[in-house]
Amino acid sequence: MSIWQYANPVKFLTLSEKVQPILWVVATVCVVTGLLWGFFGTPDDFRQGSTVKIIYLHVPTALMAINAWFMMLVASLIWLIRRHHVSALAAKAAAPVGLVMTLIALVTGAIWGQPMWGTWWAWDPRLTSFLILFIFYLGYIALWEAVEDPDTAADLTSVLCLVGSVFAVLSRYAVQFWNQGLHQGTSIPVATGERTVSDVFWYPLLTSMIGFGLLFLALVLYRTGTEIRLRRAQALRNRMERRL
Amino acid sequence: MIPDLGKYAVEVLSAYAASLALLGGLIYLTLRRGRAARAELRDIEKEVGKNG
Repeated sequence: MSIWQYANPVKFLTLSEKVQPILWVVATVCVVTGLLWGFFGTPDDFRQGSTVKIIYLHVPTALMAINAWFMMLVASLIWLIRRHHVSALAAKAAAPVGLVMTLIALVTGAIWGQPMWGTWWAWDPRLTSFLILFIFYLGYIALWEAVEDPDTAADLTSVLCLVGSVFAVLSRYAVQFWNQGLHQGTSIPVATGERTVSDVFWYPLLTSMIGFGLLFLALVLYRTGTEIRLRRAQALRNRMERRL
Repeated sequence: MIPDLGKYAVEVLSAYAASLALLGGLIYLTLRRGRAARAELRDIEKEVGKNG
């Protein structure tokens, strides 16, 4: 048994269809619980007031925006090195999900920033690198649509993904790299584990983060299945046309 | 039912509305495209089966 057996589209679809119902249910429960808990069950922050409730959307989506790109990077590397079509299609499938997560993070950040910072937008290192990441997502999706041959499209988008990874890393660590700008540092440092968020905000936030992570996984599995089916339909259509 | 959001009610509610609309749109389009792909593959497999 090897993980590479799931590079076979049929095996991938079989496993994916088995896992998905549970994944969708758990993801929905976690997202709904995290958001309802955060919205209805947490107090206002003494400085931010009720705008603190925006973190249950902003933090999980920002996290997934960056992690989606890293997932695409791994899938792209697998495509470039091992030429497994499923991995290229998984990267393609993840991009629109990452794009929406990035957009939600940008929009909620701007809505939060207006009352807290006094501006919707600032050319701050983290905000700017996040905006560039958003543009990379758009470029990546556009490139897939623009190139007719699917293998060439997979090659070109994989290279674009490698380049864009610089901005995904910058989005994550911009605050530490430049130590300037409006955006605060992370409140949940994974490396040290010394979070500065109090428990009353942390648990609903954690639930929401887990939910968004699972939702991303469910969406990517579903969308990858769609891409596999479309590719198979195209291959059959080409075969029929050659016969005529 | 909605908690008292004070002077930031518009900001908080609009952040939730915009996010849920974007997420809902993504899920709707994902499911719609998935269903269309299944139907397309089913039709073409039927056609291939008929023509040998």
